[in-house]
Amino acid sequence: MSDDLRSILLEQVERLLSDRSGPDLLRAVERGEWPAALWEEAEALGLPHALVPEAMGGAGLGWDDAVAVWQVLGRHGAPLPLAGGMAAAALLAVGGIAPPAGPIALAVPGEALAWGRRAEHAVTATGGEVALHLLSGAARQEGRSLIGREPADHVALGEPLARVALPPGCGPEAALLAGALLHAAQIAGALEAVLGMTVEYASTRRQFGRPIGGFQAVQQLLAQAAGEVAAAGVAAAHAGRAAARRGLAGGAFEIACAKVVAGEAAGRVAAIAHQVHAAMGFTDEHPLHLFTRRLWSWRDACGAERVWARRIGAEALARGGAALWPDLTAREEEARP
Amino acid sequence: MVGLRFDLRDTPADAPALRAELRAFLAEAGRHWSPMVRAYSWMGFDREFSREVGRRGWIGMTWPRAYGGGERSAMERYVVLEEMLAAGAPVGAHWIGDRQSGPLILRLGTEDQRREFLPRIARGELAFAIGLSEPDSGSDLASLRSRAEKVPGGWRINGRKVWTTNAHRCDFMIALLRTSPVADPKLKHQGLSQFLVDLRASGIAIRPIPDLVGEEGFNEITLDDVFVPDAMLVGEEGRGWEQATAELAFERAGPERYLSSLPLLIAALDDLRAEPAAPEAVGRLLARAATLRQMSLSVAGMLQEGRTPAREAALVKDVGNDYEQALPEAVRDLTDPARTPEEVREMLGITTMVARSYSLRGGTREILRGIIARQLGLR
Ligand SMILES: Cc1cc2nc3c(=O)[nH]c(=O)nc-3n(C[C@H](O)[C@H](O)[C@H](O)COP(=O)(O)OP(=O)(O)OC[C@H]3O[C@@H](n4cnc5c(N)ncnc54)[C@H](O)[C@@H]3O)c2cc1C
Repeated sequence: MSDDLRSILLEQVERLLSDRSGPDLLRAVERGEWPAALWEEAEALGLPHALVPEAMGGAGLGWDDAVAVWQVLGRHGAPLPLAGGMAAAALLAVGGIAPPAGPIALAVPGEALAWGRRAEHAVTATGGEVALHLLSGAARQEGRSLIGREPADHVALGEPLARVALPPGCGPEAALLAGALLHAAQIAGALEAVLGMTVEYASTRRQFGRPIGGFQAVQQLLAQAAGEVAAAGVAAAHAGRAAARRGLAGGAFEIACAKVVAGEAAGRVAAIAHQVHAAMGFTDEHPLHLFTRRLWSWRDACGAERVWARRIGAEALARGGAALWPDLTAREEEARP
Repeated sequence: MVGLRFDLRDTPADAPALRAELRAFLAEAGRHWSPMVRAYSWMGFDREFSREVGRRGWIGMTWPRAYGGGERSAMERYVVLEEMLAAGAPVGAHWIGDRQSGPLILRLGTEDQRREFLPRIARGELAFAIGLSEPDSGSDLASLRSRAEKVPGGWRINGRKVWTTNAHRCDFMIALLRTSPVADPKLKHQGLSQFLVDLRASGIAIRPIPDLVGEEGFNEITLDDVFVPDAMLVGEEGRGWEQATAELAFERAGPERYLSSLPLLIAALDDLRAEPAAPEAVGRLLARAATLRQMSLSVAGMLQEGRTPAREAALVKDVGNDYEQALPEAVRDLTDPARTPEEVREMLGITTMVARSYSLRGGTREILRGIIARQLGLR
């Protein structure tokens, strides 16, 4: 997608979410209230099928564009299960299945379905195949994520409506990789929000006759947080670019890196944000926790840092010291448009 | 992020070919580099090596051909730098000239200065030192007191510089000196000027200061009535502070701000295979390295476009310094000395010691975070 179109789209998403989302909506979502109005507007913008090729009625965005959109979603606490739905529709389309309308859940092995109760369809993508499941009438157990409190349901997936082979570029773990990528991107966005809130708070809360942001101890913490936020954003964008160029499986290393770095940043930045907000940030009333709880939840989704780190670490150990640096540089340079 | 953007950049199209050339060269040149050489990396000094690098056109790569440069892109240069660092090459005899003294002369020097200095730097023949810190002026650099007084035909310099890396082995130093006194400390950034100081001039005494690693890496320089001709003033008299801080963007922007300890991981990796905790720890290090590389490339791209990404460079240096300091600690956690080859243990020990300098040289962690806090609007 051209840079111009991309920035227009990102602006639209940003505007939609700043107009329609906010702490009240995030709290409603945690009570299990479906953000119907927001969903309709997202549909009107064509977002659920944004990653579907234009020939199949979508907007033809790539994984790199998707990361940028998901980052904006994360900046607003991702009040609707749009990211998983976009990825699910993309995987269907890659397999040649026209994605259905309405909310689609991305089924990642071992994970509950985000908003499974509202989704009309679910998509699995493992073992090199993508399958479309109808959810209406399926047995389900409603729940919510422990820390994030986002609706997350266990639904029994029966026989699929359709099942087709994915192109080799998607690999055997397409759903997991897409899930890790979208969570890394949402974390990167939520981190920006948390940093922004914390800088704002440090500039307005006064103690000892001046804003607490005037104290060097606080400045140093926030500067450190800014570094982590920047790293998470770069890691997510890097993973999105790798997936756009080389497919999800081809970008597995960068996706793993993004999930590790974003997950580490989530823990560190949330800790700093709470330290600076002190008691006020520990209240239910203050919106900080709407973001920090999501950060703690998202860093565990689709493989925590430990899981992805082990995987790329084991690969590197098997390849040996002499290959470490050449591998790090070659992934980018071998397959370039 | 609150004002700072890090757009992704690609390495240049000819990067694979360039890397192949560099790797062949470095494999040959590095056959006998000791753990000390590799761990010291860009603070190490080897004139013969630098001349070889110059002969291959890898110094001053972006400068005009008229001054001995290669007219290649900043991103091609970046590829050369990162290959050198990953190999732990002793690049100190040309690193400073290539990174900051040369570019400063190119940007602000006189035509004579360019013709005199740049081709020799590019050939790897002329080594530069950075003359900023003084005994009483470290982080508070602008408080420096070494001074240059106008005399007929030039300047008379008196004072002291300290921590000057490799000065005892270098040919020239770019010194920041006070040329007009200011009464009000608030105006200390005014009245400073930069000079090209010939380190062999009379009145200069250079005393190596042994460092904790056991090397003679840095020095104390006493300047006692040293005469510096007019032609050796760089840029504008009184504008030294602005010039030096722009130079710091170059100084802080490079891959040496996150790669300093990577040679240790490369050396240690094979012997970590039996350690159960290794996959996760190595994976975390790798994820950060890959990310920092993109951040660093992003800053290089901004430099390529002629911007001065001082704040972005400060942020990447800060995150990068944390990383390069965490690396030896992580490797140590995984290492069983009884089962580790001597060479790797030596590399780990030396890197553990050298690592303390990463968050000091080129601006301390606290100073960098102060710059970032300013960007955040907190000061
Ligand atoms: C290996 C090595 C090589 C070097 N090479 C060179 C060289 O070639 N040329 C050169 O000019 N210099 C060189 N330096 C010097 C380096 O630039 C200084 O060490 C650095 O600028 C800090 O100055 P300082 O050591 O005097 O520490 P100080 O400025 O005295 O600082 C001491 C401590 O106080 C903190 N501090 C100081 N001011 C503040 C503040 N305002 N807010 C919060 N904390 C503060 C610092 O962060 C630090 O932790 C080198 C240093 C090292 C270690």
